[in-house]
Amino acid sequence: MAAHLKKRVYEEFSKVVQQQLLEEVPAKKLRLTKPSKSAALHIDLCKATNPTDALQYLLSFARKPVEAESVEGVVRILLEHYYKEIDNSVRLKIASLLGLLSKTPGFSPDCIVDDVISTLNNDKSNQVLAQLLDTLLVIGTHLPENAAVTQRLIEVACKHLSSPYFGVRNKCLQLLGYLGTVDKPLTKESEASTSTAPLQDVQSLISDYFSDQDPRVRTASIKAMLQLHERGMKLQQTAYSQACKLLNDDYEQVRSAAVQMVWVLSQLYPESIVPIPSSNEEIRLIDDSFGKICHMVSDGSWVVRVQAAKLLGSMQQVSPHFLEQTLDKKLMSDLRRKRTAHERAKELYASGEFSSGRKWADDAPKEKVDTSGVNLIDSGACGAFVHGLEDEMYEVRIAAVEALCCLAQASPSFAEKCLDFLVDMFNDEIEEVRLQSIHALRQISTHITLREDQLDTVLAVLEDSSRDIREALHELLCYTNVSTKDCIQLALLELLKNLTKYPTDRNSVWKCLKFLGLRHPTLVLPIVPELLSTHPYFDTPEPDMDDPAYIAVLVLVFNAAKSCPTMPALFSDHTFHHYAYLRDSLSHLVPHLRLPGRKQAAVLGSELSGVGSGSLESAQQFLQDSLARVSTLQNLDSPGAQDLLDFTIRDLQRLGELQKELAGSADFCATYLRCQLLLMKALQEKLWNMAVPLCLKQNAMASTAAQQILEETYKLEYLYSGLETRQVATVHNVRLQAKALQLILTARTKRGVESVLALCEKFLQEVESFQRLFMTELPHFQDSFVEKLLELMPRLVSCKPLDLVKILLTTLRQSRFIHLRLPEQIHRALATIIEPTGESDNPLRFTTGLVVALDIDATLEHVQDPQTTVKVQVLYPDGQSHIIHPKPGDFRTPGPGRVRLITQVYLSHSAWTEPCQIEVRLLLAYSSSSSKLATPKPAWNESTEGLPTSESCIEGTINLSKPVKVFIMPKPARR
Amino acid sequence: MPDIKVTPLGAGQDVGRSCILVSIGGKNIMLDCGMHMGYNDDRRFPDFSYITQNGRLTEFLDCVIISHFHLDHCGALPYMSEMVGYDGPIYMTHPTKAICPILLEDFRKITVDKKGETNFFTSQMIKDCMKKVVPLNLHQTVQVDDELEIKAYYAGHVLGAAMVLIKVGSESVVYTGDYNMTPDRHLGAAWIDKCRPDILISESTYATTIRDSKRCRERDFLKKVHETIERGGKVLIPVFALGRAQELCILLETFWERMNLKAPIYFSTGLTEKANHYYKLFITWTNQKIRKTFVQRNMFEFKHIKAFDRSYADNPGPMVVFATPGMLHAGQSLQIFKKWAGNEKNMVIMPGYCVQGTVGHKILNGQKKLEMEGRATLEVKLQVEYMSFSAHADAKGIMQLIRMAEPRNMLLVHGEAKKMEFLKDKIEQEFSISCYMPANGETTTVTTNPSVPVDISLPLLKREMALGGPLPDPKKPRTMHGTLIMKDNSLKLVSPEQALKELGLSEHQLRFTCRVHLQDPHSDADTLARLYSHLKSVLKGYTVQHLPDGTVMVESIVLKVSSSGDDPNLKVILLSWSYQDEELGSFLSSLLKKGLPSAL
Repeated sequence: MAAHLKKRVYEEFSKVVQQQLLEEVPAKKLRLTKPSKSAALHIDLCKATNPTDALQYLLSFARKPVEAESVEGVVRILLEHYYKEIDNSVRLKIASLLGLLSKTPGFSPDCIVDDVISTLNNDKSNQVLAQLLDTLLVIGTHLPENAAVTQRLIEVACKHLSSPYFGVRNKCLQLLGYLGTVDKPLTKESEASTSTAPLQDVQSLISDYFSDQDPRVRTASIKAMLQLHERGMKLQQTAYSQACKLLNDDYEQVRSAAVQMVWVLSQLYPESIVPIPSSNEEIRLIDDSFGKICHMVSDGSWVVRVQAAKLLGSMQQVSPHFLEQTLDKKLMSDLRRKRTAHERAKELYASGEFSSGRKWADDAPKEKVDTSGVNLIDSGACGAFVHGLEDEMYEVRIAAVEALCCLAQASPSFAEKCLDFLVDMFNDEIEEVRLQSIHALRQISTHITLREDQLDTVLAVLEDSSRDIREALHELLCYTNVSTKDCIQLALLELLKNLTKYPTDRNSVWKCLKFLGLRHPTLVLPIVPELLSTHPYFDTPEPDMDDPAYIAVLVLVFNAAKSCPTMPALFSDHTFHHYAYLRDSLSHLVPHLRLPGRKQAAVLGSELSGVGSGSLESAQQFLQDSLARVSTLQNLDSPGAQDLLDFTIRDLQRLGELQKELAGSADFCATYLRCQLLLMKALQEKLWNMAVPLCLKQNAMASTAAQQILEETYKLEYLYSGLETRQVATVHNVRLQAKALQLILTARTKRGVESVLALCEKFLQEVESFQRLFMTELPHFQDSFVEKLLELMPRLVSCKPLDLVKILLTTLRQSRFIHLRLPEQIHRALATIIEPTGESDNPLRFTTGLVVALDIDATLEHVQDPQTTVKVQVLYPDGQSHIIHPKPGDFRTPGPGRVRLITQVYLSHSAWTEPCQIEVRLLLAYSSSSSKLATPKPAWNESTEGLPTSESCIEGTINLSKPVKVFIMPKPARR
Repeated sequence: MPDIKVTPLGAGQDVGRSCILVSIGGKNIMLDCGMHMGYNDDRRFPDFSYITQNGRLTEFLDCVIISHFHLDHCGALPYMSEMVGYDGPIYMTHPTKAICPILLEDFRKITVDKKGETNFFTSQMIKDCMKKVVPLNLHQTVQVDDELEIKAYYAGHVLGAAMVLIKVGSESVVYTGDYNMTPDRHLGAAWIDKCRPDILISESTYATTIRDSKRCRERDFLKKVHETIERGGKVLIPVFALGRAQELCILLETFWERMNLKAPIYFSTGLTEKANHYYKLFITWTNQKIRKTFVQRNMFEFKHIKAFDRSYADNPGPMVVFATPGMLHAGQSLQIFKKWAGNEKNMVIMPGYCVQGTVGHKILNGQKKLEMEGRATLEVKLQVEYMSFSAHADAKGIMQLIRMAEPRNMLLVHGEAKKMEFLKDKIEQEFSISCYMPANGETTTVTTNPSVPVDISLPLLKREMALGGPLPDPKKPRTMHGTLIMKDNSLKLVSPEQALKELGLSEHQLRFTCRVHLQDPHSDADTLARLYSHLKSVLKGYTVQHLPDGTVMVESIVLKVSSSGDDPNLKVILLSWSYQDEELGSFLSSLLKKGLPSAL
């Protein structure tokens, strides 16, 4: 009876499959397979007398691409040979080729599924079986929506799961992992009842192999589970205990996968309760798994340790009690409890005595520890980070620091606790680890206040010879809160020391002091007289204004004074003078102060600050209003339109200067409007009514305008980040207009049809590509130039160049001005060269023919993917220019959205008679192929054919920074 | 049952003269051969008469393994091999082999030349002894003879320190020597795989200590040195030549590099220079950082550390000097100390333990006036700091190693009895394995349960596999039938037929017969038919046949029915089965005893 039932199930099921096939697969078209490839392969394979030769042919065949149409033929040939072949290695290669071929884009592999499965059932060699399953995996991943195929593949996988060969089992598990479940909504109602029954088992089926004898299969089974999870299937909690058992496996890859598995489950079921073995207590699953993963931080294999340490960082739901255990390591000396050095430091600080630690028996143990109470091998989280941070491999240490940072960001109390440990890491032997821990401390510094002894340790790193470390530390100090005025004094002292030791840190140190002052005005106040060395009765000598150290002190004081109105009373006269000077020369470091007796500045200041603090919304509103006003312009020729544009552009530019947040948007709009204005001027009626020879001058004017518009459109497209497709399309529209204008001008001036013909073709191509790229945006372009062009397209393609030009001219003049709609946030890419400053009068002398290295230090803002786009241009006085690509490693990211470029460019030139200036600037390289909207890259088999790409990509550069002049002098070589 | 015997000749509940004898699988191995620093008489060396009263040791020992070059682990080696007499192989790692003779020679010089002892080993003896050494590489399995193999693991502690896995057949012992589970500036952490030895013999110097983070210690040390240098003071660091000295050198060297400091660092010459040479050579034995950066620069080629000359001590300005010996009891370190003691700007840092009675001990305990020879007193004004840099595993480290290796038994040596006691309890409690801590001369015997390998014939295995699923399932143990043949020291499991063939025996058939009495009112033939249908319904999946000659066959079991003479209703069922079908046969007989169901 049971057998009968089973049979019925299968019958029903197979019926469903057939229906599916009928519905989904359209009638197959007859295709003529190109004889070339497959036939050649066939002949080759027939020629092969022994397996080695056949293998050679197959290998060389694999190197050549196959076009989608002929794939099927090739597959048939391959299968034919497969059946005939006796040698395992050749069959293996054929099987792998099948997998490779089914990846060919444009080829639907469902037609070869049957063949592969049937070969699978007939083959004996385990290796070939594994390869065939791999092929099926490829096919299966290419046909994710074909439920029938998926179902069949799963069946095949289940069948072969019991193979004695590990490779086959591996592949089966992999198949199950990739295809094992069908998203419920996708399956049909009728199918759901039949198909879910075997499918629900997928997890338990896979989990049966957790205890396989082969470690590779165990790993594969866990990975398959993880794959299921990745595909959105909820793993069952029952797997948890099994995964925990696997944490003790003998093989590292199993443990490593198991750690991941435990982590995944802990994220899925954080709140469920699990029992603690050998006791009656129960704890949350997240806590339990946290303990287990912590345990893995002291695993024997460093790969597992790294993984465990990394995963710890993302387990933020863990209870604080467990979290704090990770930093706990009970110290013991001869069975007496000892305090850790951290505890001692804290106590010393509390008792008012500063770091003595001079006695031998300083760390003498105090109370006697109850022997039974000491648990040496703590189950769970105890001291996991203590271990991780002291690990032998720096990879583990970095992972531990990162995890610590993540956890501390979520929990302020934990941040307080881990502070000492992070500070300790500043002393690591590997620079990367030191840097990482400084960054970590910066990220959590909002939660913490540094004690004096801790600050002392932190500041000791200021003497580090590595520039990165020092700058990271400055960055950290910008965000740090300190507790006492002594701390401020200490920090200032150390920073000044740093300044004298490494004068190049000037900017960074000043900036650091600016924030230190802003954060702690009340702490700075009591030490102001001391800092400025003023005296109640005596006049003290005026300090040197050019001394960087003095400027540093002033920066600190002025910034503190900003929110502390009583402070200026303590200033002496010259301080006020210096203030005025610094406010001008270093306005980014010195804030505006309300100084008594300086009314004028105060008024101006209040005005400024009024604008500055004035609601962003009103500025936004203004921007929108001006745009709306411009958008009322229907006709470009209407009187007053030009003036309106002129005014709006001016307004927008001013707005950008005043309101930093809107600078990008305002700038963008202004540039766009300028383009329109230029276009408008170029298209003025008078010009085009005149006879050609009479208007040479105007022609020249129009062509420069066109050129300028083109340049501006590239800037619009590539310099601003945050643009949406619609804006890009608008910009492209303007560019097309400019190109049309250029075309018209050339047609008017040039004699001969050929040159114009080529230009016309190119133009039409561009119009087409516009249509292709911005298909979705076209509805927004009513009455625009592009829309009209596209309407006329059929006519344009067929007509003569001169007619085309005429049409273009009328369309250009009739087309409507498109209203620009702004996206949320637009940022303009910006770069500032800090070094060289361009102030030096001493020429850089070097011998001709040799090179001299010029240090460049620049900050970049809002530049996307700077590693590939930012270049350095060096322009010599003779017009020669070099473009240098900085190394990816030269770009550093000190904070979000900001990039720092510290690099060296090599200069060389032939001999000059006297020193001269060269110009150095940063460029932003763009190419239309790299933009997101460009056509997808041609597939591998197309590119090798050398097909002409439909549109040549546009490449070019935009100036990103102001040029800096450097005085150099190449001397002639002495003979 | 086979057992493993472990007898410490030294280092049993004691620190010093490590020497442990292990008998495993009929092999005798000596682990380490050290001297005791506390004694100057015969107790200095292990008592080799335990092994044999007179004569050479060669025939009693299969090999000697030295874990590292510290004298308490190798100091008695020339004495044992040359004076007592041992010609077998001595195993040690390459760095140990290189550095060991330097230390032995130094030790000999001090004992013979300075203290004037006679009857001590000579330079020639050291050389002869080193000729017997076979070098080991990490993770290399060395076959001592056909059965005994050893394998070395990294142990940290000092350059070239190793843990050894000793294996005979399936029995194994791991000896750790001294090891360190936390990495330091120039060495990595000890590591071992899950080798599951029968006994893990571990040192237990810090059995009751859990140490603070090394970073705190390092930072304190560097800070103190840095502050003194900035003040313009001089820093004296008395060290012993090897091990910690290199650690501190690396520490200061990298700090100088990082902080761009200019003050000179000196190292008093002698033994150290030779040793440093070997440190440069054996880069692969150091930690990750040094190994990775040595292509650019060998960390042991110190940029800031220069050789010291006596006259430098009077130079003005700040400096750091490493000088030997470590306890300030004699030599260069004491001379420099005398010169610098009067200035409170200066500092002396003691990086290790100081024995009572030495100047080091006195100043550490805060003595401000020292009496020197010639009744001169020395006023100690300079700052005295103590900074412990020790490279032994602490209690946590020992536990970690146990977790890594998963031994079946634990044996503690190289530590104080009282501390061991504590750790022993802990180990037994945490891992529930037995733990031993024999005293010197006391033998610990551990019985092992070695697995016995048996060859199984392939056809038999395949046949058994064909019966069940192809994969062994740990949840369902399976029985298999076969014949175990023990022949020529090897065990073989073959099918019975093959066994018979191999042994030249003929097969005997064994049949069981049994009668079952049954009350049944039907005729014989009917009873048989009823029996047939009954069996057919009960034994699904078996072939049940009704043969025309009035018998029923179930597989190979024959059933016959006959009625007894006196009572026609009492039927006698004759059952007969062969030995191979014993299971089914006995099932059938018990089934039939219950009678036939009346429903039929």
